[in-house]
Amino acid sequence: MSQLPNSLDELVHTFGPHLNLAPPGGWQDEPEPDKVVKTHCCFCGQQCGIQLKVKDNKVIGFEPWEEFPFNKGKLCPKGVKRYLQGNHPDRLHKALMRGEHGFEEADWEKAMAHVATKIQEVQAKHGPHSFAVLSGVSMSNEKSYLTGKFARLGIGTRNLDYNGRLCMVSAGAGNKRAFGVDRAANPWTDIEKADVIWVQGSNVAECSPITTDYIWRARDRGARLIVVDPRITPIARTADLVLPLKPGSDCALTNGILHLLHKWDLIDWAFVKEHTHGFEDTIAAVKDCTPEWTSEMTGLPVEAIEKAARWWGEAKTSMLLHARGIEHQSKGADNVSSCINIVLATGRIGREGCGYGTITGQGNGQGGREHGHKCDQLPGNRDIENPEHRAHICKVWGCTDEELPHKGVTAQEIVNAIHAGEIKGLMLLCFNPVVSLPNTDFTREAFSKLEFMVGLDFFMSESMHYADVVLPSALQEEDEGTTTSAEGRVIKINKAVDCPGDAKPDWEIMVDLARRLGRGRFFDHFTSSRSIFEELRKASSGGTADYGGITYEKIEKQMGVFWPCPTEDHPGTPRLFEGAKFMHPDGKAKFYPTPWRPAMEVVDADYPVWLTTGRVVFHYLSGTQTRRIGFLVEQCPHPYLEIHPRLAERYGLQEGDAVEIESRRGSMVLPAKLVTTIRPDTVFIPYHWSSKLAANQLTARHLDPVSKIPEYKVSAVRIRKTTPDRFSPELAELQRMAFEARSNQPNIPEQVF
Amino acid sequence: MPLVNEEYGFFVDPQRCIGCRACVGACAECGTHRGRSMIHLDEIDRLASTQTVPTVCMHCEDPICAQVCPADAIKRSEDGVVHSSQKPRCIGCQNCELSCPFGVPIVFSGLEQMLKCDLCYDRTSEGLRPMCATVCPSQALLYAPKVQIEGMRKNKPLREFTIGELHVKTRNAVMVPDTEVPLHLDASLLIAGGF
Repeated sequence: MSQLPNSLDELVHTFGPHLNLAPPGGWQDEPEPDKVVKTHCCFCGQQCGIQLKVKDNKVIGFEPWEEFPFNKGKLCPKGVKRYLQGNHPDRLHKALMRGEHGFEEADWEKAMAHVATKIQEVQAKHGPHSFAVLSGVSMSNEKSYLTGKFARLGIGTRNLDYNGRLCMVSAGAGNKRAFGVDRAANPWTDIEKADVIWVQGSNVAECSPITTDYIWRARDRGARLIVVDPRITPIARTADLVLPLKPGSDCALTNGILHLLHKWDLIDWAFVKEHTHGFEDTIAAVKDCTPEWTSEMTGLPVEAIEKAARWWGEAKTSMLLHARGIEHQSKGADNVSSCINIVLATGRIGREGCGYGTITGQGNGQGGREHGHKCDQLPGNRDIENPEHRAHICKVWGCTDEELPHKGVTAQEIVNAIHAGEIKGLMLLCFNPVVSLPNTDFTREAFSKLEFMVGLDFFMSESMHYADVVLPSALQEEDEGTTTSAEGRVIKINKAVDCPGDAKPDWEIMVDLARRLGRGRFFDHFTSSRSIFEELRKASSGGTADYGGITYEKIEKQMGVFWPCPTEDHPGTPRLFEGAKFMHPDGKAKFYPTPWRPAMEVVDADYPVWLTTGRVVFHYLSGTQTRRIGFLVEQCPHPYLEIHPRLAERYGLQEGDAVEIESRRGSMVLPAKLVTTIRPDTVFIPYHWSSKLAANQLTARHLDPVSKIPEYKVSAVRIRKTTPDRFSPELAELQRMAFEARSNQPNIPEQVF
Repeated sequence: MPLVNEEYGFFVDPQRCIGCRACVGACAECGTHRGRSMIHLDEIDRLASTQTVPTVCMHCEDPICAQVCPADAIKRSEDGVVHSSQKPRCIGCQNCELSCPFGVPIVFSGLEQMLKCDLCYDRTSEGLRPMCATVCPSQALLYAPKVQIEGMRKNKPLREFTIGELHVKTRNAVMVPDTEVPLHLDASLLIAGGF
């Protein structure tokens, strides 16, 4: 039974998060590294090049990698301190099994045998699909590919999904609808050449910091920057036009823009007629989206809406970039389509300085979804219900169509099914749903009901607390492989150090488990990441995300290869849609009408304030890694409530006051942070923390009907001032940890100079 | 080739700063002052703006810190770089800390010595750019050939400052926009209807 094996305090005491404050051996000496390994940062979809310094099988520091073309040595603070996730006191070295006194270190063989037996038991009792797999796209393409194959052929379940369901699926759905392919349309160098850059729902400076420099290079040339976000984020601070719209009103704005482009005849008619379908229906859908209507829906002034439409319509070159701000909504896919509509209407795509892209959030958010663990996809971005696609994969995998499961349900739906008692077993790897899924209490209840759960991770995440067996897997730097960045650039992750103790790369664990489940024939030939990549190439070949012509050697030689790359003599495809050739069978792009609909939850008399959630630059996703790195915790130790002083005044709140925030799902108490950079009808909480500090205690399980992404960005809450004794003890502990990091005075050598 | 030369300049462009503190973290990774950052990163007024400003040593032509040092421990080399105090001489009196118009030097307790940005002498002498300017994601801190940058960026470099009665000329430049930058941003003034 997956109740917590110990109290939460005991678990945190044993497994952390604790802080790693200094490199191995401390700051005293500066050891000469044995080697310097060129690889990439593990945090975020930018996948910056970085060099890791290694000594005695430990990562001891980093050196910027200035030759790597995407970031040219630049790194955000997560990249700078990423090396401290290695050699960490919380690192899992041994398999853990539940015993009388909670988690106990276990013999590897015994743990693996137990996992295989329990998977078979659950499936024998409740059917093959009663065992689900939830995985994550911080893993390489090889691991992602193998996870997909392992779930389907190793375990034999259709119920496999991934944490990209909380990230890229709205963008993917919108892109496939419009273009027939799911990838940012342009290399980032096109941003520099754009005259107008439209950023909507993307906190670029904090979530994809390196992109900031690309935008500034365009602005140095005189480009105009338009930023659409309920908050004036750091990138918006100097923007030429800031549109702080109401949470959840994104497609009202872009529908209104399309209305004006049509009214003012700023449409590229030749492009629309020759290269697209569906324009008439889409224009009909925005017929009534006048500036006045748009203003009412978005809370933006008519003049600002008109100025944005004028700038966008009259631009010679442009880029539109968006991210989770518009995608984390119950109309996320429609928001994406409505953005694409204003790109297609002006015909500015598929050429230098003209294009569109979603900014991938997770490390391998792009590649992970293409090849493996999305419930409706097979490698190469293939459709799991398309008979031809299935036949191709069956051939590569050496299985029959009957052996290949059909489409399963999505991540939140898997947890819903666990809660409903329909799914009884779970393998969880590289995913922390207890922090990252909406309605935290519901997720915890669900996990408590599991008959058996096995987890693979390098740290004991809050979700792993519910596991019966935890198997230590590999950090990114402990294995080689490939990832695919936000640009669609396939890059090489190089191994810097070995796994500590009994820990193993996730793929090795899955191959071993498959053998124990009697399915070794599908997996026996995998002896290295490279051998998995070779099969991935074949499996993706002929799909839209075609890696057929990509080799490890070619990636290193070219500093990355943009897919599609069908043959070994093909250089790759940095810019999609050149010559307005789209990837639907008829070669045309499709407009998609996005009639307005409100968010699933809107403010009312009981819950009168909008809540939106997001990231800070110092942390990554559920914080499993970054909440363990001293410097990052020092900069931002705990969440807070961002609130406009005019709203704060109504509740008698001052800076630092304890404020209780309550939604229909739950409540939490945080310190108030007064800022004029947020709409006064909206509050914001960063989401990287767990338990009583989890923003997702407040968010709802409202899903987009198409993408099944949860609506993290729009909730209704009420707030009230409370007393400091209501602060969670966890908050005080995090403040103590930040103090510890700050006062970690290194033992400086006696004589420095 | 050493990168401390006439051709290269250090530019601080606060307009681009995103407050990410990658510079602060990276500075502490350097070989000569491991674990200690020499960079100050300030939020100007978070209530009113997300504006942040990084401060590194400006490397004054006639450094005040050296002028006021009673132990003559602070030296400026011929290439214009003002160095950390010399350990045998430094008495940790904090005169430099108190007098620097930019607030740069730090006398570290326990060490009783002033350390400051030395343009990453260990890196620049080997042809590498200073750590902070290499990693800075928005290139608010920038180390590059002067000709290249002064032609490329709209903001203009400023190397002379009047602070109170002091007039200082510096090796490093602050990039200044030709238009006024609003320091108070208020979303409530950018929305329709009242609140």
